Amino acid sequence: MGDDIKKFSRRDIVKTLATVPVLGAMGYGVLKKLDFEKKKVYNIADDLGLNLYDEPGLLSSSNGKTIRLGIIGTGGRGKYLLEAAGFAHPDTVKHWYEQNQQNKADTRYGDYMGQDDLNIEIRGVCDIFDVHAQQAMLSASNAEKSRSVDKVGAQVKRYRNYRELLAATDIDAVIIATPDHWHAQMGIDAAKAGKHIYIEKGLTRTVEEAFALRETVKQTGVVFQLGHQGRQTASFNKAKQLLDKNILGKISLIEVCTNRNDPNGAWVYPIHPEANENTIDWQQFIEPTNAHPFSAERFFRWRCWWDYGTGLGGDLLTHEYDAINQVLQLGIPYSAVASGGIYYFKDGREVPDVFQAVFEYPERDLTLMYSASLANELYRGKVIMGHDATMKMENKLEIFPDNRSTQYRKQLDAGLISSGQPMITYEPGRNTLDGTTSATEQYFASRGLLYTHVQGKRVNTAHLHLKEWLECIRRQKQPSCDINQAFEEAITAHMATIAYRENRKVHWDADKEQLI
Amino acid sequence: MKYSHQLNAFQLYSIVVVRILLGWYLLYEGLAKLFNPHWSSFGYLKSAQGFLSNVFHSLADNPQAIDVINFLNIWGLIAIGFALILGVFGRFASLAGAFLILLYYLAHPPLIDVNEVLMTNDNTLWVDKNLIFISVLVMLYLFPTSRIIGLDRFIFFKRH
Repeated sequence: MGDDIKKFSRRDIVKTLATVPVLGAMGYGVLKKLDFEKKKVYNIADDLGLNLYDEPGLLSSSNGKTIRLGIIGTGGRGKYLLEAAGFAHPDTVKHWYEQNQQNKADTRYGDYMGQDDLNIEIRGVCDIFDVHAQQAMLSASNAEKSRSVDKVGAQVKRYRNYRELLAATDIDAVIIATPDHWHAQMGIDAAKAGKHIYIEKGLTRTVEEAFALRETVKQTGVVFQLGHQGRQTASFNKAKQLLDKNILGKISLIEVCTNRNDPNGAWVYPIHPEANENTIDWQQFIEPTNAHPFSAERFFRWRCWWDYGTGLGGDLLTHEYDAINQVLQLGIPYSAVASGGIYYFKDGREVPDVFQAVFEYPERDLTLMYSASLANELYRGKVIMGHDATMKMENKLEIFPDNRSTQYRKQLDAGLISSGQPMITYEPGRNTLDGTTSATEQYFASRGLLYTHVQGKRVNTAHLHLKEWLECIRRQKQPSCDINQAFEEAITAHMATIAYRENRKVHWDADKEQLI
Repeated sequence: MKYSHQLNAFQLYSIVVVRILLGWYLLYEGLAKLFNPHWSSFGYLKSAQGFLSNVFHSLADNPQAIDVINFLNIWGLIAIGFALILGVFGRFASLAGAFLILLYYLAHPPLIDVNEVLMTNDNTLWVDKNLIFISVLVMLYLFPTSRIIGLDRFIFFKRH
């Protein structure tokens, strides 16, 4: 049978290997292509010597002594701050857990469980609404991040008046998350009692209160943080680095905005069914402001009345202003004008739902413009306009060169950059998940300041803001949004509010520290 | 190999050319992803449409799964591309390619109510590039040429 044995002939070899040269062509093409890509990618950030991805390190907080906290005001914001501090209500943890089981895209449970331990105890809870107080006591007892807690911990005590809480010897520091009309008095009393203070924005309801609070905080030297958690947003900190390098050229105009379009966004918060004169200490609520008969509406939707807050000025303008003050150190403006009205929510409120304020900074040769509507949700971001470039500042930073730029003339003429495309984009967290396709972009388009990324990990900014405050208490330092920054925020916002309410241009005399 | 006697040389070589071109396309798709440090299947999966979208979305939300999928996709494309060009395990490679691209098709089926232009820059209805690739790969499976032109000629060489 030997005759049948076939030989692998030369012809066979040729046919076997006929397509191998294709791989050679592919190899050549790929090398050429990679070479081309390397040459083509012009990175102006490299040209300008910017290191975009020097990620901030994580603050360590577990060392040092345990700080014992009290919280005054445990409504919507107080509850949120407790969660950011690692003390969520067991039902909330359970809700997040169940939502995550149903929908993996809902990562709140994982984010919360992964939050750092701040090494704190919640010893005191003060709220004048019984339901909120009881819920907060259970939250304060849930250091274990459990999904069910049987009873309130022995160390957690409820106080019906904040003065009793401030007198407690087992409390080192307080979080104040009450309506604005109580901020100043509580802050002053807390500072006098030697308690360190984390207080929600806007700092105060009136100008006088801002002066008084600043004076006491400075005298007592307590560690003070105002609740602008945007201070922790990685992109804002990066924006400051870039602006310090004069990347935009001469800045002449800054535009910041608020757009919301739902009742909740216009402070028409739900009224708790158990809210009544027996469950709410109304007399204590109105103590520092004008008297008014009991009103659950005013209690829950207090931002709608001048007696308790300053509307858009104190609530949302302050966030926008503080973000800009953080990156440009604008300080208090020389003048402010404002306009607006109650154009949509004709529900008996006193504060405007459409509100514009224009601040002049002649020493900096620039204008800061704030524009807000609570009846439209068009997205308008923070825009900083310079002669050489424009920066859009959100969780993602984008810098667009200006066609008429002097600084970037050469690169513009060479076609390396153009005004239609960002020349620098900074998007922390981008490497954790792909951000290169348009569809993904939608998921990353962040609208609020709820979270940022630290070393690729998604973190609640309020958590970081509390953490910075606690670290400063341990190290005897003042945090990023200290009383000076807070004072600037308060006066600036009040200038806009006064300009609106008195329908006039308001000036700030920086030497005399006086409003004119 | 009977069919090969029924095909004339031009017919045979034209199939080989289709095999090589498709192999080239898939190999470069794999290499381009390999050389791009930012590439991930996340966006494609997260934006999945159609009746299996939940499955693809849950894969996208699982970082470990994404790592595995990225690895399998990149090296799967490279392996299938090599195999088609060189003609190694040609029938298996054709089927594997058809399966892989079927997954792409299912993640983004060009349905009436889906607008994929933003994603792919293609205007499609029911039939898209992926479906055509799948059918070509099935055809290559049915008309295997690798034992005539390709390394399979050596691998499956029968001495008797």
